[in-house]
Amino acid sequence: MTPTELLDDLVAGRLPDARGRFGPWGGRFVPETLVPALERLEAGARAALADPAFRAALDDELAGWAGRPTPLTHAPGLSAAWGAEVWLKREDLAHTGAHKVNNALGQALLARRLGARQVIAETGAGQHGVASAAASARVGLPCRVYMGAVDVERQAPNVERMRRLGAEVVSVDSGDRTLRAAIDAALRAWVLDPEGTHYLLGSAVGPHPYPWLVRELQAVIGREARAQILVRRGRLPDAAIACVGGGSNAIGLFHGFLADGAVALIGVEAGGRGSGPGEHGATLAHGRAGVLHGSHSLLLQDAHGQVGETHSISAGLDYPGVGPEHAFLRDAGRARYVTADDGEALAALALCAAREGILPALETAHALVGAQRYAAAHPGALIVVGLSGRGDKDLPALAALGVGGAR
Amino acid sequence: MSGAVSGARGPAPAPQDRLEAALRAPAAAGRPALVAFLTAGYPLRAGFRETLAQVAAIADAVEVGVPFSDPMADGLTIQRASAAALAQGVTLAWILEELARAGRLAAPPVLMGYLNPFLAYGLERLAADAAAAGVAGFVVPDLPLDEAEPFERALAPHGLALVQLVTPVTPPARLARLAAASRGFLYAVTVTGVTGGAEPDPLAIADYLDRVRRASPRPVMAGFGVRTPGQVRALAPHADGVVVGSALIEALERGDDPGPFLAGLRDAAGPRAAADGEGNR
Repeated sequence: MTPTELLDDLVAGRLPDARGRFGPWGGRFVPETLVPALERLEAGARAALADPAFRAALDDELAGWAGRPTPLTHAPGLSAAWGAEVWLKREDLAHTGAHKVNNALGQALLARRLGARQVIAETGAGQHGVASAAASARVGLPCRVYMGAVDVERQAPNVERMRRLGAEVVSVDSGDRTLRAAIDAALRAWVLDPEGTHYLLGSAVGPHPYPWLVRELQAVIGREARAQILVRRGRLPDAAIACVGGGSNAIGLFHGFLADGAVALIGVEAGGRGSGPGEHGATLAHGRAGVLHGSHSLLLQDAHGQVGETHSISAGLDYPGVGPEHAFLRDAGRARYVTADDGEALAALALCAAREGILPALETAHALVGAQRYAAAHPGALIVVGLSGRGDKDLPALAALGVGGAR
Repeated sequence: MSGAVSGARGPAPAPQDRLEAALRAPAAAGRPALVAFLTAGYPLRAGFRETLAQVAAIADAVEVGVPFSDPMADGLTIQRASAAALAQGVTLAWILEELARAGRLAAPPVLMGYLNPFLAYGLERLAADAAAAGVAGFVVPDLPLDEAEPFERALAPHGLALVQLVTPVTPPARLARLAAASRGFLYAVTVTGVTGGAEPDPLAIADYLDRVRRASPRPVMAGFGVRTPGQVRALAPHADGVVVGSALIEALERGDDPGPFLAGLRDAAGPRAAADGEGNR
């Protein structure tokens, strides 16, 4: 099938296929010990998401505990600065401060329904760890979070939040000591107890069914945003723009507009401090096909298939892989992906804080750079930006960088 | 897939059949087979062929570990060995050259490694170069059977084995499929966990290994966490052999001569060991 035919399948809800594939991307590349656990999870998740009672319970908790729907906020200051009409989908206002809670809550409810005795999770920026800790507490399950030692250092406030929420935080000293090593460690922990542990994976990556499951749980972002922009502006946006590390907030936003062919979908990756190996986290821009963390997708790697080092000012985008559905959307030409470097992200963060009174996360600031660029190329465009998380967690990192506040 | 190959290539047995035969032979001598795992280029790149030859002189097959940056099925010991090998510039191409230079080893070598370096090398080129280097097969811990078709297709023309792994949590129907698909031997993971972790409880796994053996037309090698002669004696009645990995790496880390250590495991449950009444089938 051509990518376009596959795109029709995607829009119609037929992807991923039974093997967890989006065209050539995705699948399930895991140690044999995890295969039965993933099969049980897939069957359990399909049954749960098709069960009106489960969906009602999830919606009830999303509203009453997580604070959904999140607002769609007009951003007059950014609009004036960029010569466009910018609206912000305020995932920073969801409980725990980022879109991560949508997935964490859904999976925690699923874990309880499937009889798990404990939850484990990985985290990069700490937002998913905090969301997992909170959601696990809410459903009454113990939670252990694996976090790279580098990230433990640079996201200290979130480490403290996780502990206050009752989670055990394990600092991972192996590998690259960031998100990638945290996922390796979480997978190893899962292999020890595949029957009693639910692995609450935080992005649209990993072995099937995670890219599908996480997307389904994050699709609420795009559903709400589409309905809200239609109410507020009476038309669809020209573009929907989000940052991409693993790509969960982007896939959630994009899915609301997938069938609306006129809406440009733009993902913004971490351009870091350059385009050379180890200087960025821009997998869709610079990666080659490969297998990491259970999925066939694009991957930053050397000529020998060893996974590459990454750099981004934002821990959440500091990852050498990307969700398989993004690789597919790129091939199909439905979404396009650009990069924003560290300096551009910091400037956009400062502008958003100064003009809108909103301090976004460093990850989120990359999406704002994408919006700024789109506006420059399309003056007057109507743009929805996924404001995926709030920036409180980044205050120590910003201070360490010597980045001053808005004047 | 396997049967036609040896005939098409003349009287020389296919590598996968040589591997299987090497692991069946020890039974005739009244002992379990010993498969030894060694990270390629560890402890040092220089001298690896000598270490390999020494290990192959004692073991019945050698798993040569292809280091990977993200070894998600491995415990700390093999993670460490992998990282040390990568830091010395060990690559799959280098490993294949070393094996080719080593000539025919006393025990057939099997490459054990994660999928991505194999994909980066190119599967068809890999199969051809591996066959030329005397490799008998592959163990790929992050390649479940459901995703294995392209790999199997590349190996088949060369008669190279793709070894399947089963675990204590593998359901019966899946165990039957994996056992039927495996070539060379069937790798029975004795613990739910990573390599080199908790020692398996022989009583708890005896029933599991007996089930695996009944399902498998190939020799069953029990591995993950095997370190002592006592464990080998306990596993021997329930498996055709054992795999030792992390414990060998740790012996090398300590600078020990791996020879006596491996010989002790090889002969733990054989006629050379003091009769202990446990019997070997």
